Amino acid sequence: MKGRRGVLLLHAALIAGGALTLFPLLWMLSASFMANGEATTFPPHLIPHAATFAQYRQLFVRLNIGRAFLSSAIVAVVATLGSLLFNSMAGYAFARLRFGGRDRLFGLLLSALIIPAQVGMLPLFLMMKGMHLVNTYWGAILPALASVLGIFLIRQFMLSVPQELLEAARIEGAGELKIYWSVVMPLARPVLATLAILTFMTTWNDFMWPLIVLSDQRRYTLPVAMASLVGEHALDIELMMAGAVVTVLPVLVLFLALQRSYISGLMAGSVKG
Amino acid sequence: MKAEARAAALFLAPALAVLGLFFFLPVVAGFALSLTDFDLYALGDLHNVRFIALHNYAAVLKSGIFWTALGNTLYFALVGGPLTVAVSLGAALLVNAKAARFKPLFRTVYFAPVVTTLVAVAIVFRFLYHPRFGAINRTLVSLGLPAIDWLGDPRWAMPAIILLAVWKNFGYNMIIFLAGLQTIPDELYEAARIDGAGVWRQFRHVTLPMLGPTFLFVGIVTAIGYLQLFPEPYVMTYGGPLNKTLSAVMLMYQEGFRWWRMGYAAAVAFLLCLVIAAATALQMRFQERR
Repeated sequence: MKGRRGVLLLHAALIAGGALTLFPLLWMLSASFMANGEATTFPPHLIPHAATFAQYRQLFVRLNIGRAFLSSAIVAVVATLGSLLFNSMAGYAFARLRFGGRDRLFGLLLSALIIPAQVGMLPLFLMMKGMHLVNTYWGAILPALASVLGIFLIRQFMLSVPQELLEAARIEGAGELKIYWSVVMPLARPVLATLAILTFMTTWNDFMWPLIVLSDQRRYTLPVAMASLVGEHALDIELMMAGAVVTVLPVLVLFLALQRSYISGLMAGSVKG
Repeated sequence: MKAEARAAALFLAPALAVLGLFFFLPVVAGFALSLTDFDLYALGDLHNVRFIALHNYAAVLKSGIFWTALGNTLYFALVGGPLTVAVSLGAALLVNAKAARFKPLFRTVYFAPVVTTLVAVAIVFRFLYHPRFGAINRTLVSLGLPAIDWLGDPRWAMPAIILLAVWKNFGYNMIIFLAGLQTIPDELYEAARIDGAGVWRQFRHVTLPMLGPTFLFVGIVTAIGYLQLFPEPYVMTYGGPLNKTLSAVMLMYQEGFRWWRMGYAAAVAFLLCLVIAAATALQMRFQERR
């Protein structure tokens, strides 16, 4: 890119791309503050004439979306906390403890990354049914409590913890559990933050498995509740946009607050290729 | 040493139990399921399950609806995949340009759709595609172009879903491309400039070849993800119009969880798994050859 025209063109393209990318999200936000039917009037307008919380009120008071919000929060928070513990324990073992067949076992786990989850969903549903976990939050949470990518992420980080630190703790007589909890875990804070935000977003946004395992409306997570609402309220654009905002806003805010951790997690997931 | 192995077993137990019980076991059981006639009657009483060998696979391969779903899925992956990768690379090149200002801002903006909830943005796009009130048709009409019944016209429904997928996913690949671009040494571009190469030839002979491994990764991840198309058609079209957006995973969902023909649905799932494995192997072979 040479010359001022080149630079101008470059920024025009960047801004046009940004506008196209943001438009659906901004329109969603704007329409959610419109009165009934306002989004379908002619001529079209993008800013509400008189911003109103009416859609949000209807969503929370009449349609009880707060319950779905709570379900989503319970599933995502418990899955995140559990996966932090389980994945960090396994990642630590793979990185710092010596045992027979370690590398073969780890390789086997990695190979699972190319198997699509849907292949197991039919038997998984039957298993959950057998364990009476269909229609319970545990049914949605349990499969998310450990992940191959999570174990991989933690292992890569823990490989970089200096061996002398662990040896020193061992000489002082600390057991493996103590070393893991009071020496390694505090050091691993950055990677734990990354894993936390990755897991939270994945479970918050997940659709297919909650759709299958939660058949009772009162247990629906937000994506499942929204997919079912859009059928009944196909023409209530403003209402559905308010629902979309409620669903998207928590993850979007979380991303903006912690984007460095999140993106570094995605990148770490990509170097394995 | 022995104590260490015992400690390792303890540390591994919870995660391996979860993965074994809720991932590996169901995958193996899924194959077993595909060899049975498991259906609604079996759901009520397990004594009704019979082993029927490869009968489900034969039935799936003979049914027209499977080939329709597979064809739709391949259409989505083969058109939407390369389109997404191209847009991602374009965005990465723009953001990575030396003269570009506010790089972190643009990177964040382009990445934002990736973190959004697919179901929610599919609902937003459903209204953007509305034939009369949607922003897209309003723009087309104001430009003097004919309005399109995006989700109601069998020819346009899949392209509409592809557009949503490109919008939603290009930011992820862009980040991977950005990482790849930053590993290309400046000296290579300088050498090319000294040889008199312009912007286009630098891109063609330096950037593209150096991004080889990145393309492989991005291609494989995109293909695996796109072949599992499900929430977009579920929310926007429910497979219609005329089954033109029915995907393989959606067929599996309908057969397995609507009609409870779980043996048949498991066969669909494994055939899709084969397609995904083949797509991955093919791309690796292609990359090796170059």
